Amino acid sequence: MQGTVDVSKLSWTTTRLDAALGWARKFSIFQYPFVTACCGMEYMATATSHYDMDRFGAGFPRFSPRQADVLFVVGTVSHKIAPVLKRVYDQMTEPKWVVAFGVCTCTGGFYDNYATVRGIDTIIPVDVYIPGCPPRPENVLDGLMKLQEKIAQGAQTTVPTGPSARPAELQRPHRPETHLDDRYQIPS
Amino acid sequence: MVSDTRTLARLIQRRCASHVLAAHHYRGQQTVLIRREGLLQVARFLKDDRTMAFDVLMDLTAVDYLKFGTTLSSAPTLTTPSPLPYYMTPKVLPEKWERMVASDQYRFEVVYHFYSTAHNHRLRLKAPLPAADPVVDSVTGLWAAANWFEREAWDMFGIAFRGHPNLKRLLMYEGFVGHPLRKDYPVNRRQPLVGPVN
Repeated sequence: MQGTVDVSKLSWTTTRLDAALGWARKFSIFQYPFVTACCGMEYMATATSHYDMDRFGAGFPRFSPRQADVLFVVGTVSHKIAPVLKRVYDQMTEPKWVVAFGVCTCTGGFYDNYATVRGIDTIIPVDVYIPGCPPRPENVLDGLMKLQEKIAQGAQTTVPTGPSARPAELQRPHRPETHLDDRYQIPS
Repeated sequence: MVSDTRTLARLIQRRCASHVLAAHHYRGQQTVLIRREGLLQVARFLKDDRTMAFDVLMDLTAVDYLKFGTTLSSAPTLTTPSPLPYYMTPKVLPEKWERMVASDQYRFEVVYHFYSTAHNHRLRLKAPLPAADPVVDSVTGLWAAANWFEREAWDMFGIAFRGHPNLKRLLMYEGFVGHPLRKDYPVNRRQPLVGPVN
């Protein structure tokens, strides 16, 4: 058996440093849950032992942004709380990732009004979008695995991208000039 | 003990006749419309009188009638549902409706919901306010619960409550311009603290 190597007999191996770092990082996702609304219930359901988030290394939420790697923004973000979200993001140390959990954080959802931020990607960079109202735990785990792939590749979104850079299914025509009440005037 | 809710309005009308504009009842819910000048007098009567004894202010809110009756969502409907099937239901006459639509003298309405734990009865009190000068007396001196309700009504509708100890915004942030639940507040106006306007 000339030229073949039995890997199980080897006591050492070589790899690229960033690949090793990515592999290590993708299994130590310390999350900071920024929970503001009803999606929080689904986040808690996902965090239960039934779904076992620990198999992705994401079973240990940290409630200090300085100890966290991933910011989970869960629930509607209003203009009043937006500066707090920005500040929490700024307090996290590099490298850091952001997950938009639920459709309100992705696009603002159905809250087209004076109070709600229409997508947190207008304020902070977002790496993974998990739409749904609320997303099912399976959906969340799918997003978590996508985040793992992204971390393993060493990829990271660093600037706020805004609506034009959203995934196609999250892009929604926004018609600021029309409103239901004005379009359906009663003929006099 | 006042068992028939209709007698509540009758008692108020007898006691404060000059302040009562109208009264009606629907399915046991009693509503009295009063002039804003007489609000404190009527409120004190509601709280202190033994047959009234309204010791709880359940809710305090406001209504903006600026576009009332001119859009599909606020189209005329009968105040009492007709027993006839829908295709036989009589139409509300527009001219009859016009009189109920707000003029400048009747743009806002402050709404109070009272409850009496002693008698287990309820009352709705409404006071119309003009568009130019939406000011009404505060009832915080009588019901402490009115404090935050009145702050919310100020925040959302811009209705000023004379005599309120701390009349500042409750829900919106400092620096927010305007009152978002007024019907002339543009639905698309955003006032973000950070990030772009979108």
